[in-house]
Amino acid sequence: MSEVNGKNGSASSGNGAGSEQPNGGKTRIAALVEDSKVIRDRAIEEIKALKQPEKTDLWKSILRVKHDETPRSRALGVLSNVFLHLHPAKINRDAVAYNYTWGMGGISFYVYITLVFSGTLLMFYYHPSKVVAFRDILYLEHDVPFGKLLRNMHRWGAHMMVITVWLHMFRVYLTGSYKKPREFNWVVGVILLVLTLLLSFTGYLLPDDQLGFWAVTVGTNMARATPLLGHDGPLGTQLGMTPFNDVRFGLLGGSIVDSNALLRAYIWHCVAIPIIISAFMVVHFWRVRKDGGISGPSPMMLASEIKEPRKF
Amino acid sequence: MDLHQLWTIISTPDNVPIVMLLFVVPFYSWYALRQAFANDRLIEQLEADPAMAKTHHRKVQPYRPEWSREVHVWPFLLRIEFLAAIIVTVILVVWSITLNAPLEEPANPTLTMNPSKAPWYFLGLQEMLVYFDPWMAGVVMPSLIIGGLMVIPYIDANPLGNGYYTFKQRKYSILTFLFGFIVLWTSMIVIGTLIRGPGWMWFWPGMTWDHNRLVFEVNRDLPDIFGIKSGIMKSLFGGFVVTLYAIACGIGVHKLITRTPFNRKIYGRMSLVQYITMQVFMITMIALPVKIILKLLFRIKYVWITPWFNI
Repeated sequence: MSEVNGKNGSASSGNGAGSEQPNGGKTRIAALVEDSKVIRDRAIEEIKALKQPEKTDLWKSILRVKHDETPRSRALGVLSNVFLHLHPAKINRDAVAYNYTWGMGGISFYVYITLVFSGTLLMFYYHPSKVVAFRDILYLEHDVPFGKLLRNMHRWGAHMMVITVWLHMFRVYLTGSYKKPREFNWVVGVILLVLTLLLSFTGYLLPDDQLGFWAVTVGTNMARATPLLGHDGPLGTQLGMTPFNDVRFGLLGGSIVDSNALLRAYIWHCVAIPIIISAFMVVHFWRVRKDGGISGPSPMMLASEIKEPRKF
Repeated sequence: MDLHQLWTIISTPDNVPIVMLLFVVPFYSWYALRQAFANDRLIEQLEADPAMAKTHHRKVQPYRPEWSREVHVWPFLLRIEFLAAIIVTVILVVWSITLNAPLEEPANPTLTMNPSKAPWYFLGLQEMLVYFDPWMAGVVMPSLIIGGLMVIPYIDANPLGNGYYTFKQRKYSILTFLFGFIVLWTSMIVIGTLIRGPGWMWFWPGMTWDHNRLVFEVNRDLPDIFGIKSGIMKSLFGGFVVTLYAIACGIGVHKLITRTPFNRKIYGRMSLVQYITMQVFMITMIALPVKIILKLLFRIKYVWITPWFNI
């Protein structure tokens, strides 16, 4: 084909030797065609390159490291990712087995993330005011698309988190993982457990129904019996405690569970405790790594190998 | 047998976590103890055979010398985490589709719920109100539970069992925790949820919640049984009994932790502060079941009566 084209081309150039103008126009068109061919070829080449997106500059700017199956890439893939870098690059072969950790710590954290997500969505539909709080729940249940599912997921997720946190504590205790050098992280864990319960408890009042109202009434009535600081507690009245200045008043923003209590529960539940618990979680996870990673399964120690404690 | 009442209690949406707890806690206790016993058998072998102990890798997990000690987190851990996240999400979504979160009538301060119950995870504390005054059950005990949990790593002088399941090497601490977590905490939650009905009265599973039920039990105070009338004598007598209990319980705990030669060795490692802290928390913890027995079997309300507080 190219030969025929060449002949045709030479023939036409021979014919048009006399008339310069149209010939010049033809070469310009030919040059344009030639240019467009070059552009087309480049475009094809670039599109072909897209079949390997990991070679593009855009990709490299986002992901930084190669993702092939070399040990180096696998390690860097974890270490250079902000979400994954809580993990070490390598981990004890036996520690990945489910039967040792039960995955309860990780599951607790995951459930917490789902709770933050569903909770944020719920906040779009909820006003923490005595007038509309209950109506907002009805609205959520009946009118908001997937509102019922959203509320259910938040409620059951909260219950689930309480259970998984307990089981996590149970596992850590039974494997003796609180022992040296992880003593302090256990203390942080206990604080996280208490904060989890408080998060769940403050959320209980928010639907503003009979269930939440009386649960919180029962719960906060205990605060009035606080020794020294409650008006019903031992030595409370002697210290001048009344229903209007004791610790329960501080919790509820009043002497009964009313609109102030609702607002306070809302702010503790949606702002204050999530921030506090996140801070403690950061410390908790950081300390897991700094205290030598996950505790086991470590080689067993025999009673005959106990070293004498250091005398001070 | 009122099966309908039983079903009403069990199927109340907020009670579902407790019904789950009834299965999940025994399962994981069994799961942990099974591994603990497997490890204990290996420990026994190793103790009997020092030559084996020198070369053995000291785990029950399969082991070959040529295997690398560590594996890459990506993909060996991350794929598990990813799967776990999917499974948890599926459980949560299915649970949320099949079961609706409870919503009752609008809050009404003039209409008291009977029984009015705290959220289920605090029912252990509410159940404690039967046995102690609110300042004790609602404030002192929870603080002691939190404090007691926090000091555990600092009073446990036993260096064994760090990072593996074992029962033999940590009998005392494991039994204490099982007692606290399962016998006291979990079972009190189960009682508070499934047993306690209107008026916080005891209804066996299957009994109808009768709102007009009357129980003809007269609560007595311990000094009354001994015929002590005057207030000062009551205070002194109660203080004496409580002190007597503390001493007896302390001696009992001491006997328990110095029973075997191994226990004595661990005891020898404890500092005085560690020992006293442990005793204080143990004596307080055991006071709870003692008070439960006194209340449920002997209908004794208070042991120690003073003008300021009653125990």
